[in-house]
Amino acid sequence: MNYSIIVYVIGWILNVEAVLLLLPCTVAVIYREPSGTSLAITAVACLVLGLLLVRKKPKSEIFYAAEGFVTVSLSWVVLSVMGAMPFVISGYIPNPVDALFETVSGFTTTGASILTSVEALPNCLLFWRSFTHWIGGMGVLVFLLCLLPMAGGSRMNLMKAESPGPSVSRLVPKVQTTAKILYEIYIVMTVTEIVFLLLGGMPFFDALTTAFGTAGTGGFGIKNDSFAGYSPYLQNVVTVFMILFGINFNAYFFIIMGKAKQAFEMEEIRTYLLVIAASIAAITWDTLGIFQSVGAAFQQAAFQVGSIVTTTGFATTDFNKWPQASRTILVMLMFMGACAGSTGGGMKVSRFLILIKTVKKELIQLVHPNAVKKIKMDGKLIEHEVVRATNVYCVAYVLIFAFSMLLIAVDEQTLVTNFTAVAATFNNIGPGLDVVGPSGNFSVFSNFSKLILIFDMLAGRLEIFPILVMFSRETWRKF
Amino acid sequence: MKIIIIGCGKVGVTLGAQLAQEEHDVVLIDESAARIQGVPEEIDAIKLVGNGASIAVQTEAGVETADIMIAVTGSDELNLLCCVIAKKAGNCHTIARVRNPVYYQEIGFIQEKLGISMILNPELAAANEISRILRFPSAIKIDPFAKGRAELVKFKVQPEFRLDGLSVMDIDSKYHCDVLISGVERGDEVVIPDGKYVIHDGDIVSIMAAPRNSMEFFKKIGVQTNPVTNTMIIGGSKIAVYLARQLTSMRIRVKIIERDRKRCEELCEHLPDTLIINGDGSNRDLLREEGLDKAEAFVTLTSMDEENVFLALFAKEISRAKLVTKINRIAFDEIINRMDLGSLIHPKFITADTILQHVRAMQNTIGSNVETLYHILDGKAEALEFQIREDSEVTNVPLMKIRLKDNLLIGCINRNGTIRIPRGQDHIQKGDTVIVVTSQKGLRDIRDILKK
Repeated sequence: MNYSIIVYVIGWILNVEAVLLLLPCTVAVIYREPSGTSLAITAVACLVLGLLLVRKKPKSEIFYAAEGFVTVSLSWVVLSVMGAMPFVISGYIPNPVDALFETVSGFTTTGASILTSVEALPNCLLFWRSFTHWIGGMGVLVFLLCLLPMAGGSRMNLMKAESPGPSVSRLVPKVQTTAKILYEIYIVMTVTEIVFLLLGGMPFFDALTTAFGTAGTGGFGIKNDSFAGYSPYLQNVVTVFMILFGINFNAYFFIIMGKAKQAFEMEEIRTYLLVIAASIAAITWDTLGIFQSVGAAFQQAAFQVGSIVTTTGFATTDFNKWPQASRTILVMLMFMGACAGSTGGGMKVSRFLILIKTVKKELIQLVHPNAVKKIKMDGKLIEHEVVRATNVYCVAYVLIFAFSMLLIAVDEQTLVTNFTAVAATFNNIGPGLDVVGPSGNFSVFSNFSKLILIFDMLAGRLEIFPILVMFSRETWRKF
Repeated sequence: MKIIIIGCGKVGVTLGAQLAQEEHDVVLIDESAARIQGVPEEIDAIKLVGNGASIAVQTEAGVETADIMIAVTGSDELNLLCCVIAKKAGNCHTIARVRNPVYYQEIGFIQEKLGISMILNPELAAANEISRILRFPSAIKIDPFAKGRAELVKFKVQPEFRLDGLSVMDIDSKYHCDVLISGVERGDEVVIPDGKYVIHDGDIVSIMAAPRNSMEFFKKIGVQTNPVTNTMIIGGSKIAVYLARQLTSMRIRVKIIERDRKRCEELCEHLPDTLIINGDGSNRDLLREEGLDKAEAFVTLTSMDEENVFLALFAKEISRAKLVTKINRIAFDEIINRMDLGSLIHPKFITADTILQHVRAMQNTIGSNVETLYHILDGKAEALEFQIREDSEVTNVPLMKIRLKDNLLIGCINRNGTIRIPRGQDHIQKGDTVIVVTSQKGLRDIRDILKK
């Protein structure tokens, strides 16, 4: 294990974090908030630690799969721990476990909160909260890949470890360029959303934080009622952009390259949009009784479906009070999640597609024992390794889910609360049902449970294996 | 004795040459005319083309009056068949080479019911030898005698041992360990040293001692005596399987790198506790990724000698692993020895040695019996273990008074389980086992140690 390079990369992560912290500091200056000092202190601490770690260039450039996984896991932990400091230092979230929960929720773009009153926080901290969504959405290591000079093979190992989806592909030959393109698309879309929001009369600060939350599909709001207080136009803008950010970024790349047709033919995106359409239709019909008009029901259904399926987590109404069918549809959507290669969480639509195709294949082979059948997606063969990895992912997913539920059951909350609490954190959504519903929060849980849920949030965002690899004995073996 | 050898592959030819040299009547049989023609002319033996399992061919070779029949063809089944037929046709001793682990597991039944005197498994023997070396990696070779109670350990003298310039007697008086320096190789020279011989750095020294005492000696001169904790094996051959099993039972962590995917899957089945990597051993990145630089032992067991040598050289550069290299063909022996590749395993020699040992043991000369035999010092000397069954001119006489042949040493005496490194006053008794080291080949009887 090439420790020197892992330490080096983590050092750079800290440096980047220090620079990023300057933005909320600036916000603090603009609004004249004393909490800005906590941000400044954290920035300095990050910088000092970071510079210390990058002082020595790594002895060797060796960066294999194991190094990739460990780097990603450790980086995110370090990022979160340092990022939690402003909350503790400023005194707004004095309990370090709570602060860590909130920060991890931010970086992993979950959006679950332990705060009982969001509006009590000063703007600079609210900005930092939402900004962590934006950073974590596309990935902080992918960001680093754009900047850091590293051997080509090692870059791929890093990108594979952090990027979501069953198989990570390059858009262009060079990994570094791929990372740059992804970030360019990301930034352009974020800015576009801000423009649309401003056009709707939203205050600039709100537009920024909303766009951050949408782009990273995070869900931290700056209002206690999440997004319910904003105008229907603004809600609709956010609905559209949430869905857009949940689409595989490869599709946007195709569109840029002039291959729009290829983008629209992607099976994953078609399935994604189909599921969204069907869910909105079903929920609209189911909730007709609650709303004044079909239009209102449709608009609310669209927002909530868009929010949950992309694992953003904004809410415009307390869907905890919706009829059971609608609630269940939302919970199901929590698991499917958004497309691979987007900032969304969940299991990812492509994995679902692979699983369904695998079941279909199995049925054919049961009827025709000597049949030979291969699974294809978008006309390309899905290698056995990918299928196998997907199956194993699902198993690991279920095991972690079950185990987490078991562990947090100690806190004596209801089954629905526990189930959706784990679902909401593991899939990086944010709000669940019952006590942790859109009008509730996670403060009811004990520190121990919060730590379990923190683990789930990280495991979910990093897609389980980097975290598990870090805890596996085999990884650290010398030989 | 009359000896028939069926199968003129590498082992068959080596055996034929050696036995013919020792004045036995040898007949070589092989089905392939090309291979018979490939047998060197100098070997003083009859060469027959024919199927060794055919009674007609065996009769032509004289099976009815033969003393031993050795079947070392490439096929286990053929070897066993030849032996069964020979046993019925002529009631001679039969020796068969059997490599398939499935048959080898049933060796008890085969030997007893089919009447075969000895079954050889060269791969298992090679794996045993490698295990011995890895248990004590500072040694180049370890040959056990007296059922393991004594060992001949070969190692290279490094400057840090501070033995340079000391004579054999000096070393003895300085360290007071019950060990006997039985052989020294310096360059191309091989010497059975007397007390006045001076040791220098770079010499390859073989010492005879009980294992406890050799460990003590090595600790005193500063040699690393800990066994390895992990091993990387290149090539998933049969030897690899036997070796991996043995190493795993010694709690050594094993990794095998094998090129063929199907073979890897077989290996997974045979060796559940070993990490099997599907890859080309000559891929340097793969070796590095799998931690070659942290390996403590590196064993190359591919089927190509050249690849084994290159891999060992590469490993030597990037790690401090104990190198064990398998060499199948003994064409470039001296050159390979000079490359300092650590321990070399010659499966050919191992098989030939075992058979020769058996043949000599069979020469049931009255008075003594060869129990064990090894080619040592690069094949230029032999170490033999004699069982003393009767009194003779060599028993009950102080060793000082016995006129021994040149280049011959009494390595140790095993009396009732106790190992003694003999001094001048010691004598040999009936019932003892004596280990003799000599550059003279062909000793059959303990009395052959006497200068004529």
